Amino acid sequence: MLKKLSIWVVFLAILLILPLLFDSIMGISILNQMAIAIVIALSYNMLLGQGGMLSFGHAVYFGLGGFMAVHALVMIEFETVTFSVTLIPMVGGLFGLVAAIFIGSFSTRKAGTVFAMISLGMGELIAASSLIFVDFFGGEAGVIGDRTFGPPFFGVDFAQDVEVYYLAAFWVFIATLFMYLFTQTPAGRMANAVRDNPERAEFIGYSARRVRFISFCAAGLFAGIAGGLFAMNFEFLTEENLNAATSGRVLLMAYIGGLGYFVGPIIGAVVLTLMNSLLSNYTELWMLYLGIMFVLTVMFLPRGFAGFIMLHQLAWHHGRLKTLALPYLVTGVPALLCAASLIGLIEMSHTEADIFHFLGLPLNPDQLVSWALPVLLTLGAGYATRSSLPQLRDAWHAANTEGKRAK
Amino acid sequence: MKNSLQTVLIRCLISISLVVISSSGLAQEPLRIAFIDPLSGSFASIGNNGLKQLQFAADYFYNSKGGILDGRRIEIVPLDNKQSPTETQLQFRRAVGEGIQIIFQGNSSAVANTLNSAIIRHNRRNPGQEVLQINYSAVDPVLTEENCSFWHFRFDAHVIMKLEVLTDYIAMNNDIKSVYIIGQDYSFGQAVSDNAIAMLKAKRPDIDIVGNEFHPIGQVKDFTPYVTKIVASGADAVITGNFGADMVSLARSIIDSGLKIPIYTFYAAYDGITATLGEDAKGLVYLVHNETSNPIPTEERKQFIRAFKAANPDNDVTQPRIINALRMVVEAIEDSGSTDPYDIALALEDRRHTTLSGEEVWMRGADHQIFQSLHISVHTNEGIEFDADNSGFGLYSEYHVPAEQTIRETSCRMSRPRR
Amino acid sequence: MLDVFLFATLNGLVTGLLLFMLASGLTLIFSMMGVLNFAHASFYMLGAYFAYSISSYLGFWIGLLLAPVIVGILGALVERYGLRHVHRHGHVAELVFTFGLAFLIEELVQFFWGRDTKNYQQPDILDFPLFTLFGQEFSAYRGFMIFISVLIFIGLYYLLTRSRIGIIIQAAITHPHTVASLGHNVPLIFMGVFGVGSALAGVAGVIAGPVLTTFPGMAVVLGSIVFVIVVIGGLGSLAGAFIASLLIGLLQSYAIASDLGMQDLLALLGVSFERSHPLNDLWTLTLPQIAPILPFLLLVLVLIFRPTGLLGKREE
Repeated sequence: MLKKLSIWVVFLAILLILPLLFDSIMGISILNQMAIAIVIALSYNMLLGQGGMLSFGHAVYFGLGGFMAVHALVMIEFETVTFSVTLIPMVGGLFGLVAAIFIGSFSTRKAGTVFAMISLGMGELIAASSLIFVDFFGGEAGVIGDRTFGPPFFGVDFAQDVEVYYLAAFWVFIATLFMYLFTQTPAGRMANAVRDNPERAEFIGYSARRVRFISFCAAGLFAGIAGGLFAMNFEFLTEENLNAATSGRVLLMAYIGGLGYFVGPIIGAVVLTLMNSLLSNYTELWMLYLGIMFVLTVMFLPRGFAGFIMLHQLAWHHGRLKTLALPYLVTGVPALLCAASLIGLIEMSHTEADIFHFLGLPLNPDQLVSWALPVLLTLGAGYATRSSLPQLRDAWHAANTEGKRAK
Repeated sequence: MKNSLQTVLIRCLISISLVVISSSGLAQEPLRIAFIDPLSGSFASIGNNGLKQLQFAADYFYNSKGGILDGRRIEIVPLDNKQSPTETQLQFRRAVGEGIQIIFQGNSSAVANTLNSAIIRHNRRNPGQEVLQINYSAVDPVLTEENCSFWHFRFDAHVIMKLEVLTDYIAMNNDIKSVYIIGQDYSFGQAVSDNAIAMLKAKRPDIDIVGNEFHPIGQVKDFTPYVTKIVASGADAVITGNFGADMVSLARSIIDSGLKIPIYTFYAAYDGITATLGEDAKGLVYLVHNETSNPIPTEERKQFIRAFKAANPDNDVTQPRIINALRMVVEAIEDSGSTDPYDIALALEDRRHTTLSGEEVWMRGADHQIFQSLHISVHTNEGIEFDADNSGFGLYSEYHVPAEQTIRETSCRMSRPRR
Repeated sequence: MLDVFLFATLNGLVTGLLLFMLASGLTLIFSMMGVLNFAHASFYMLGAYFAYSISSYLGFWIGLLLAPVIVGILGALVERYGLRHVHRHGHVAELVFTFGLAFLIEELVQFFWGRDTKNYQQPDILDFPLFTLFGQEFSAYRGFMIFISVLIFIGLYYLLTRSRIGIIIQAAITHPHTVASLGHNVPLIFMGVFGVGSALAGVAGVIAGPVLTTFPGMAVVLGSIVFVIVVIGGLGSLAGAFIASLLIGLLQSYAIASDLGMQDLLALLGVSFERSHPLNDLWTLTLPQIAPILPFLLLVLVLIFRPTGLLGKREE
């Protein structure tokens, strides 16, 4: 219990310290984005990770909540209503919940493919209607608000991004805490049971549909809160915030981070936000790399980054992590080199400049000879990686099995 | 092989010496201008093309001639927004974080609108760190009407101005008795439809609007069913505001159905579209735009295009307005002797500038809308000196409207910052 | 009016048959492996792009022959080295894998062919009007599209019901373990079916590329619609997919051709609203305006009221 409490204290401390470490305008803006991504990814995990419901339209609840939140901002600005903008994420959450209750009432009857397809269809329908119903969605230009109106909150008017960050951090903490607590409730536990074996859950007296519906509504609520945070941070919403591409990105985050682990989506949200906002400034091919990474993750790390880290739990538990360090290094270095030179090759084939700097070396892409070095390096490093794999496998087995014996 | 090694070595030496020279000789900070447009994703080719034009113009006019303001180079900072309003905000914050105060942006009115409101808010909340929005292509009228801002300047004609010219041209053609309007279902498509109907009614009451169709953006697989309706309506001409793949598919379907009627458009050229339309669309696709395409009026502009083509063989000068925008901004900086956005904005207001085509353009102070001559060109391969997509086909300008005749009243009530 | 109706029917048929070419492969793959392949439309796109590249050197007809073969081999490789690997992690992982693959293929296409629309044209020999009715031309190429689709449908039907391999495939769908214990190489059959399914999508891409334009977004535009068809028709039912393809093709075509809208419905009910009504956007909706999203509406309705689809028997 104390250990769990200390984790939450550390989490809160990290949230509070981060803006002091990354205090540039860009840094704060990335942190804000991360905060939003974490909440939406966690809420998605409630569906897929805990409830086994694969959704292709989760952005709908994020977007609808966000649109309502931005409308609330406009209403505050024109003094139709008066309340503090600190409550805006709650407005988004409530609207996300309402949308989830409505859609969930028919979509959660079945799990599996039927659910996935309904979510896809609803996602497309709502994304398409967002361009048709201009009054609420504002057409493709979206709805624009201003977060600095309404009664000030202890003198803070949220003109600066860093003020929004602390608000977002508060909501991230609350949302994360409640989503964690949800997994501990009977409803949360039953969600797992229904995911794994709906017949059995029905047999002991739980309605699988009802359990799914509860998870679905909770996920909609938190997605809406994320939407409200988005409205506070960006002060506008457009149709892209609820379209299929956004839904896909949420799926990507949760999956790459690791479904089934509570921290998985947090890792995924952080990694993807960083890739999105940093990588795209260095290469226009970043989406290609993202795609490669995603496919490789699904193939080789089925439980995501978090799952990969968790694999080491046993070895760590028995203090044998050290024995893995050297084999990891032996495999990791050539693997990284292989990846780096492969990326270099891809970039070189795509460049239009006369000189391409390959690992610091200037090469002319128009000459065949320039290609020899990177190709050789890639192949060599790839071969080295491959031949070191058995060694790693042995070390891995040793670290884990000996640990078991020590038990 | 030896040769290549030598060239590499020589190039290394040159680059090293350049670094030494530039670091010792020109201690001046470069003037940094952000270019926020799609550089990855489905619209990347348009964004990258624009970036090349801006970068080339900066080098061609200024950096190769010793820079501006006594030796300051212009550095274009490309920031990828993936044509997304959300990403645009992130890149805007990055630009602000890096101290950049001039932003070029053009693609998508949705992006331009959200950027406009973000800049207004940012400039109000952060005095001393203001940012200027140089809009070279977004044509939503609200940007210089209801939502006009002191910090926003538009260097393209907006959709109503363009439509005025287009409908004039249609009205002149007495063979056209009926018109079919089809467009993407969003504000630009609707603006084209609403205004075209009203203008045609005023100019040629005898023209029937035999169809007014909307379809969702990027969702239509096959335009043939729409074309069937166009054929059945007996229309003599089609007006569309479609862009990208929707434009190509629509034009191809119309032509494939054997319908030989003119199609009046806004965005049916360059970036692969001209090549795809090819021979079949010859003499059928019309486009309204600024700066004549063929024939080019001045030797000065021809030289610029040739130099650009020499450096970028796969690209065309698709948006001469980017060059006008850059040159006018630099003129404003030189005249005011300042790189402060407030001073630049004041100097840009009511500025008159002679473009490479030898034409005088005017940036109206009241709403920050530029006025320049507009042209209607046809897709053809006759009389084309500068083609598009290296296809032999290009735009031939048939009809010209001088700048004075494009001037419209504005409803803009600009709130001007006080200093 | 008759001319519009007639041409709308023809257009609907062309679209419907084209959709069926995609849906048939997807249905086969689903019946075999129980996985809905999100990347199916990406193979369709690859077909168009390969055919574009081949046709610029060797002409359209060689492209029509070669491109589907290449796509089929690629599909088989994806099954052998990708999907089979992911299979152990369960259905969700498979679905997510194909989702990621669709994303990756779109990026790869942009990497290799660029982001512009490609100038992929129909062969000159088919560039003439097949017939002219009421002043409208029906191009020979569209007739050719119908011909190829029908040919493939018949071929597939015979292959599945009359040939030995077809009987094994049918058996493997329902009783994979029995088939395996009879000594058939079930993984090889899976790979073959995936390859053939992808090749069918490739054919669709080759013949649709010149008409529907070849550009990097072409998979996305069609991808979810094909999904919708397979689900509406009933998962795993080839006949259902055929009916659903034609249904959606015709539905969209008629919806576009009609000029009906909410206002007509309201007029029928004797209700009218002011232009300033907050739901004005809803009251002014027209059928052509929403035609492209009708399939999704149909999907949701079918799934709510008949989760097995039109002719489907199983739910998962």
